[in-house]
Amino acid sequence: MRSCLPDYELVAPANLREALALMAGEPGAWKPFAGGTDLMVLLEAGKLPHKRFLSLWHLRELKGIEVSPTAVTLGALTTYTEVLRHPVLQQEFPCLCQGARETGGVATQNRGTLGGNIANASPAADSPPALLVYDAELELVSATGSRWVPYRGFHSSYKQMDLRPNELIARIRLPRVGRPRRHYYRKVGTRKAQAISKVVFAGVAEVEGGVVRDVRIALGSVAPTVLRCAKTEAVLRGHPTVESTVAAAQAALAGEIAPIDDFRSTAKYRRRVSLNLLAVFLQSCLGTVEQGPGPEPWYGA
Amino acid sequence: MANRLVGRAVPRKEGGDKVTGKARYIDDLTFPGMLYGATVRSPCARGRIKGIHFEGGIPWDGFTIVTATDIPGKNCIVLLSDDHPGLAQRVVNHPEEPIVLLAHPDKYLLEEARRSVRLEIESLPAVFTIEESLARKEIIWGRDNIFKSIRVEKGNVDEAWAQADFIVEGEYRTGAQEQLYIEPNGMIAVANPQEGVTVWGSMQCPYYVHKALVCLFGLPESKVRVIQVETGGGFGGKEEYPSMIAGHAALLAWKSGKPVKLIYDRAEDMAATTKRHPSRTRHRTAVSKEGKLLAMEIEFVIDGGAYMTLSPVVLSRGTIHAAGPYHCPNIRIQSRAVATNAPPHGAFRGFGAPQSTFALERHLNKVARVVGLSPEELRRRNFIREGQSTATGQVIREKVDMAGLMERAFELSRYYAKTQRFAEENRGRRDKKGIGFACFLHGAGFTGSGEKYLASVVGVEATPAGRARILAASTEIGQGANTILCQIAAEALGLEYDQIEMASPDTGVVPNSGPTVASRTCMIIGKLVESACLAVKQTLVGSGLLKPDYSPEEFFRACAAYTQKCGPLKAFSQYQPPPEIHWDEEKYRGDAYSAYAWAVYVAEVTVDSLTYEVHVDDFVAVQEVGKVINPVLGGGQIEGGVAQAIGYALFENVVWQEGRMVNSQMTNYIIPTAADVPRIRTYFDEVPYAHGPAGAKGLGELPMDGTAPAIVNAIEDALGIGLDQIPVLPEHLVELLEVSRV
Amino acid sequence: MCDERHKVNVTCRVNGREYTLCVFPLMRLLDVLREELRLTGTKEGCGEGECGACSVLIDGELVNSCLVPALQVNGAEITTIEGIADGDRLHTVQEAFIEAGGAQCGICTPGMILAAVSLLGRMPEPSEEDMRAGLAGNLCRCTGYMKIFEAVARVCQKTGTKVNA
Ligand SMILES: Cc1cc2nc3c(=O)[nH]c(=O)nc-3n(C[C@H](O)[C@H](O)[C@H](O)COP(=O)(O)OP(=O)(O)OC[C@H]3O[C@@H](n4cnc5c(N)ncnc54)[C@H](O)[C@@H]3O)c2cc1C
Ligand code: FES
Ligand code: FES
Repeated sequence: MRSCLPDYELVAPANLREALALMAGEPGAWKPFAGGTDLMVLLEAGKLPHKRFLSLWHLRELKGIEVSPTAVTLGALTTYTEVLRHPVLQQEFPCLCQGARETGGVATQNRGTLGGNIANASPAADSPPALLVYDAELELVSATGSRWVPYRGFHSSYKQMDLRPNELIARIRLPRVGRPRRHYYRKVGTRKAQAISKVVFAGVAEVEGGVVRDVRIALGSVAPTVLRCAKTEAVLRGHPTVESTVAAAQAALAGEIAPIDDFRSTAKYRRRVSLNLLAVFLQSCLGTVEQGPGPEPWYGA
Repeated sequence: MANRLVGRAVPRKEGGDKVTGKARYIDDLTFPGMLYGATVRSPCARGRIKGIHFEGGIPWDGFTIVTATDIPGKNCIVLLSDDHPGLAQRVVNHPEEPIVLLAHPDKYLLEEARRSVRLEIESLPAVFTIEESLARKEIIWGRDNIFKSIRVEKGNVDEAWAQADFIVEGEYRTGAQEQLYIEPNGMIAVANPQEGVTVWGSMQCPYYVHKALVCLFGLPESKVRVIQVETGGGFGGKEEYPSMIAGHAALLAWKSGKPVKLIYDRAEDMAATTKRHPSRTRHRTAVSKEGKLLAMEIEFVIDGGAYMTLSPVVLSRGTIHAAGPYHCPNIRIQSRAVATNAPPHGAFRGFGAPQSTFALERHLNKVARVVGLSPEELRRRNFIREGQSTATGQVIREKVDMAGLMERAFELSRYYAKTQRFAEENRGRRDKKGIGFACFLHGAGFTGSGEKYLASVVGVEATPAGRARILAASTEIGQGANTILCQIAAEALGLEYDQIEMASPDTGVVPNSGPTVASRTCMIIGKLVESACLAVKQTLVGSGLLKPDYSPEEFFRACAAYTQKCGPLKAFSQYQPPPEIHWDEEKYRGDAYSAYAWAVYVAEVTVDSLTYEVHVDDFVAVQEVGKVINPVLGGGQIEGGVAQAIGYALFENVVWQEGRMVNSQMTNYIIPTAADVPRIRTYFDEVPYAHGPAGAKGLGELPMDGTAPAIVNAIEDALGIGLDQIPVLPEHLVELLEVSRV
Repeated sequence: MCDERHKVNVTCRVNGREYTLCVFPLMRLLDVLREELRLTGTKEGCGEGECGACSVLIDGELVNSCLVPALQVNGAEITTIEGIADGDRLHTVQEAFIEAGGAQCGICTPGMILAAVSLLGRMPEPSEEDMRAGLAGNLCRCTGYMKIFEAVARVCQKTGTKVNA
């Protein structure tokens, strides 16, 4: 333990109202503390600058998954385990479930929350790309009220987001789309389980007669924030998924991402893999994934 | 004679305690009035210490502070040489080198204090790679940066090149590897001038720690006592560094007059303690067109880090294993261990052999390709046989059948069918599959005359409670030493397994049976246990108290009668080398090891074409290790070693920055999880070894040697490109594949 | 009663016994168990949530106790390795670990056994994939996992359910 515990405070407000009142009283003084799977790691490493925390874990107002005809709404405290066990999410939002299944191990899935994953604002986080392609909206609450914002655009730059010091993330809303869609999610970590992503790719598309009617693509670990790839989507929308479209989309994606070298991976690797995953996603839209030679065999067979 | 206990899967001696949480590891112990200790370490790789400042509003009066000047004896952690200080005094030679020790009852305040010590260090130019060290960019150790050179000469290499049909060259590299035992290092010490020094801790070698403390404190041997407690894994990582930690805990205890507990956290353990030596091997091989090896010239270099520690011994094993299980008439091996400004590299399962074996088993695939033979045919034509000699001129007298092991491994893995099928299927498939193998050997026990000098002693005694107890300093670190030694004793004494117990490895109680390393515990210590048991039996039979064929009850009655008449019943046995073993340390010629384990491993992999990730799909490990004392424990050793070596081959990448490991967290240093290992299929071929207990040899390190080259050979089979470096990361593959596409 | 600066009272049940403790609210559950209650069967391998040596069950769910602050277990029911056996009778998972050789150095074993208990609680008939996923958060450096899988499979055989390979 590289932190001096006596310096830290953690309080447990009785309900959401009390929590928000505390935050309103001293804006910025109290930092939310949900499952602690990010914060406790920093505490152990002696890298937790903030000293006063507000435990949310027991706040019922921030829990639960609600299904309405138009949307699925998840409390910010929804854990990965709750996500991946939920039948409607499995059916309609499989990328989110797969992301949850591939987050940490069982113990992390039992404690880590979606709200924490979003607010931790890591560009390598695994659920944000799924939330982005499902057009998630966030409810941000404070003592003075609540506002809904699209998740897209929430992260403005590295670790920066549209969250005021007196606000909490309360809920996450995923609009339901009645139409059939193709979903593709792939996490590329350093090993098969319990790994930090080097690239995460999420894509959903509506394809009709070989033509992309609508598409959403988001990636993690390839830019200072998780990234919704609007330019790539624009190249694809309304086009058939033929080879020339794939190539154009890859070119657009290459221009949109900005991966870096760090001690987990290289920019080159992240770029190459992102483009490969895009190609396979587009193939999967045509139902030809997994079989047959690849989109671009990388050596003479 | 049929074995009653040897060869049976009796349950692990301390298994019950381990599954219930009752087993006590060092961090589970507390002493009254105990302080916690912490280490302040060098922030830079090389420099002069100009000042130590205690800052930051800390109540320093309440702290015990130890620096080099507080050391009562000699400021060094002795092992092979005395270059390694216990605490740096004037200069530092690597990042994380210990400089100041602190102790306090409040661990939170202690942590604040640790961060409030400011070290003023004037940095000096440093050396970080094998190349920089060999080029003497700076002289950082001795006169030439070289800890040790070894030259092995067999036949006449220089004359062989002219007869060669092919000459094949290659260069191969292996990275550092962290042992990553799941229990971090730790010690508790009680020390004062009246009673001397006592330490309890997590370790492999109580008598190494003992020797280091005797020197550090300048005390007589009888005033130092070292006790190993339950140890959560070692793999070599708790061979030498525990001496340092024990020294630190004891210095703090000595100065404060209180017990001191010093436990490393994971980050400190990874950054500051030893890792496997990085290596570079160059091969130049002369071959005939029939695929006969005519000459091998091998240059083997390992990076030893800043101090000598065990590098010469690691180099020695790596050198002797560099020519593998093959016969070649002309061999020259030139090897060196060099200094760099990184924390000293040290012992890790395999001890130099995984490095040189990787190089050889990759290189032979290249040789096969050049000659136009399959990798298996090339090896088949060169396998060593009974009566032929190794690189050091050791004539193999045991029965050895590498070709037979290879065929068995191929059958079990369906190697031939798969090579063919994968080659066909890969053409029409995105993800590429491959299969590869490696052939290797591992010498059991210390190299050369090592065992003779160690002259290990083991005792067996009868206890008042009607049990037989083994007295040995050999430690249980998870490998099953307690269990197999008890099996061997029970077999030898004609008793039941649960009638045998192990004395606690406490230098105050047990004799020096040497370190728990080098796959020596079963073969060497086991044999000593066996002979000490026979001595006890002879004593009882000889004194007329026991008939030669007896029941356990009669045995214990005889023990009691003997004890009453003549005092405690104990017998000791000391190591004697087998008669025909000769070793010339000067020329590096002769019988390097008294016995070898032989093995062929086959790996099957898939390379993901989208992500360049390699997954091992199947793994077959076939080996001849003499008699297997306990098949469950033996199998567990192989499986664990293979998993560790999968990490070595594919994941485990120490990221260095100016001599410091920057990914010193478990999140960033990647070892295989339950989702990453294939089914590991283990097969033993048992050819009893005449000088081993019940015919056993050693097997603990073996699986580390051949796994990585088998995997990389499989990747080569899948992709058609040769790789000469581990770990093979997806980031490397993407580079190579882009090059090969052009 | 608990008036030391920044310390708080926390009440929880551990292995069926109720405790009220005065601790720092961010004290790791791991340290509460090991230092306050002297239940040292729960181990620390990393302190960063990676190794699972510190796994315990909170209200029946597997967690890494190094990542759970004391305040958040107020009112919770905690099970550690010490609470798995029924008196002197070992839990079937413990027995299976001994028989199959699932414990070598033993440092990962308490956490691994709790992970296995949690897995079998959720899925009495885990497939090989389920086992791998269920145990992937618990690192073992000794066994290569084979004998751990075997131990889990043995439990299924004993309890009459079968393992789908
Ligand atoms: C071993 C391990 C493995 C992991 N693996 C993965 C992985 O594979 N993929 C991945 O993406 N992440 C992973 N993580 C990171 C972590 O588990 C997730 O980010 C998790 O979702 C964080 O949720 P939490 O509730 O634990 O957050 P906390 O640690 O409680 O909080 C994280 C941050 O969010 C803020 N916060 C929390 N809730 C709210 C709220 N409602 N409103 C406003 N701010 C809030 C906190 O102030 C803090 O800054 C892993 C962590 C560990 C320890
Ligand atoms: S100590 Fe908690 S996960 Fe490693
Ligand atoms: S048994 Fe040693 S880490 Fe698992």
